[in-house]
Amino acid sequence: MTALLPRRGLAQILALIVILAVDRVVSPQFFDLRLQDGRLFGSLIDVLNRGTPVALLSLGMVLVIATRGIDLSVGAVMAICGAIAASLADSHGLPVVLAAALGAGLVCGLWNGFLVAVLGMQPIVATLILMVAGRGIAQLITEGRIVTFTSPDLVWLGNGAILGVPVPVAIALGMLILTGAVVRGSALGLLIEATGGNARASELAGVGTRAMILAVYVWCGVCAALAGVIAAADIMGADANNAGLWLELDAILAVVIGGTSLFGGRFSLILAVLGALIIQTMNTGILLSGYPPEFNLLVKAVVVLAVLLLQSPKLSGFAGIMARLRRTKP
Amino acid sequence: MKGLPPVLITAIVLVAGFAACAVQFPNIASTRVVGNLLTDNAFLGIVATGMTFVIISGGIDLSVGSVIGFTTVFVALAIERWGIPPLVAFVAVLALSAAFGAAMGAIIHVFDLPPFIVTLAGMFLARGASFLLSTESVPITAPVYSTVSDFALRMPGGGRLTAIAIIMLAIVIGGVLLLRLTRFGANVYALGGGRATASLMGVAVGKMTVKIYMLSSLLAGLAGIVFSFYTSAGYSLSAVGVELDSIAAVVIGGTLLTGGQGSVIGTFLGVLIQGMIQTYINFDGTLSSWWTKIATGVLLFAFIALQQGLVALARRPAAKRAGAVS
Repeated sequence: MTALLPRRGLAQILALIVILAVDRVVSPQFFDLRLQDGRLFGSLIDVLNRGTPVALLSLGMVLVIATRGIDLSVGAVMAICGAIAASLADSHGLPVVLAAALGAGLVCGLWNGFLVAVLGMQPIVATLILMVAGRGIAQLITEGRIVTFTSPDLVWLGNGAILGVPVPVAIALGMLILTGAVVRGSALGLLIEATGGNARASELAGVGTRAMILAVYVWCGVCAALAGVIAAADIMGADANNAGLWLELDAILAVVIGGTSLFGGRFSLILAVLGALIIQTMNTGILLSGYPPEFNLLVKAVVVLAVLLLQSPKLSGFAGIMARLRRTKP
Repeated sequence: MKGLPPVLITAIVLVAGFAACAVQFPNIASTRVVGNLLTDNAFLGIVATGMTFVIISGGIDLSVGSVIGFTTVFVALAIERWGIPPLVAFVAVLALSAAFGAAMGAIIHVFDLPPFIVTLAGMFLARGASFLLSTESVPITAPVYSTVSDFALRMPGGGRLTAIAIIMLAIVIGGVLLLRLTRFGANVYALGGGRATASLMGVAVGKMTVKIYMLSSLLAGLAGIVFSFYTSAGYSLSAVGVELDSIAAVVIGGTLLTGGQGSVIGTFLGVLIQGMIQTYINFDGTLSSWWTKIATGVLLFAFIALQQGLVALARRPAAKRAGAVS
């Protein structure tokens, strides 16, 4: 299916390969994999595992950005849902815990979607409210403490393995396939892109733009909830202050690296996830190289700027040349 | 008078809130508490003044918190480790932050990029740079610092108007004058009204964009210096999230986030409201500090909803159509 992996993914794949090669130089054991206790271990698996929260966030974020929106609240939603999951984990079964956490994410998404689609607020502003208040709500749930739990079911969600693959990675893969099947298997993806391209024209053409916008924010909330549960399960606890802190920026960055324009109108799920992996591969590489992790921020800043300049409408001439070069190469 | 009604509402909220606090805790209504409130929020007031200009011009600046963090670390290292006289260090860091803002403004204009993502990159860059300088908290022991910290004007009732509070008030007054009385201020409103329109009216859009972000970063640098006076230390993790606090203050102050309308006075009142919530929580003692965030969020929602309502009223005075509001 060409819609899932468009040709414009070439730059991202090349970037990932280059960063992987650099990582290999920095750390010779980078590609080593071993199977232990029925779970694969190794730096590559580590990249996938740690990249999961951002990958999940970027799955929701890419749809929101495709409608010309933005969701700043995903980090706070992660904190809320992680807090809910952690507080319920030891007293309730996994289905209840998951239902409560994902339900909370859904409600958060509905709130954001309501503000944007129904009240017509600017997305940055609308989601800023939950971003500010959300962490307070999460702290309210945990009563300011770091809530820990021992429920083996929830811990399995963060540290277990299915056929050797860590559960978080399996979940992210599942979500990618599910989201892809829903938006690209139907006309939904096209309608979302139409909404982002020109909401008014789409509305006149009969697209239910409000429903589309509401739906993408809800989906973004659910993805953030899942990321929050996994992050909590990973550390066997919920820290309302730090869970998902700044991850909204990583998610936006992943989407931008994936070539989805911030001006809406087109998106690629796979490339957004690839963007998340590129970010995580860089992070891991910097950690392995022994440089202080603080370099991450500088490197990210440079990458954002580079990608933005390539996307810039003013430089479309340059991008056009690149595209033509790419087209002549088979 | 543009933007007056929202400012009035902000003022009413502040006065009513303060009165309610004073009824419950009579001690709140003292110059001591007010003086502390001004001192504790001095850096926020300065940075929010700069943010007001950016938001009225239709932009946003997410980098200010990181610039504050960078400034505190830079000043601390310059004075303590590199042996640079404090005044020279201040001038250097202000020049650095102004250049940083100018660069962001230039990128936003030249490449026609959304301000939010460019300043996001700026936020990463400044925070990363401060981490590179030092990841530890560097105490500042220069004599200037103790002199400035000790300086205070006595207010009736025993309150202290500290030096950093005076700096903040001066910046707010300067901001009001700059926005209301100068061509620069008029151009800021014009930009917020519409870039194309402003350009047709003869506003040098590019130059203005550069200047506005320069002003915001410069004030963030000044806020960083004030913050270092406040804590007598430089720390790379200081002022995380201040960009959100200052945006919240601007919005609560009645400035339209889409640009074109707003006032510095409103922003100042917004800062005071946030400070008041914090003071109330301190006085109460049983409420936890996270209620500040929830209360700020609720106020933010209330004011944005109000703006949305006012804008909608202005656009279609006819009765609301079916299905507009559920």
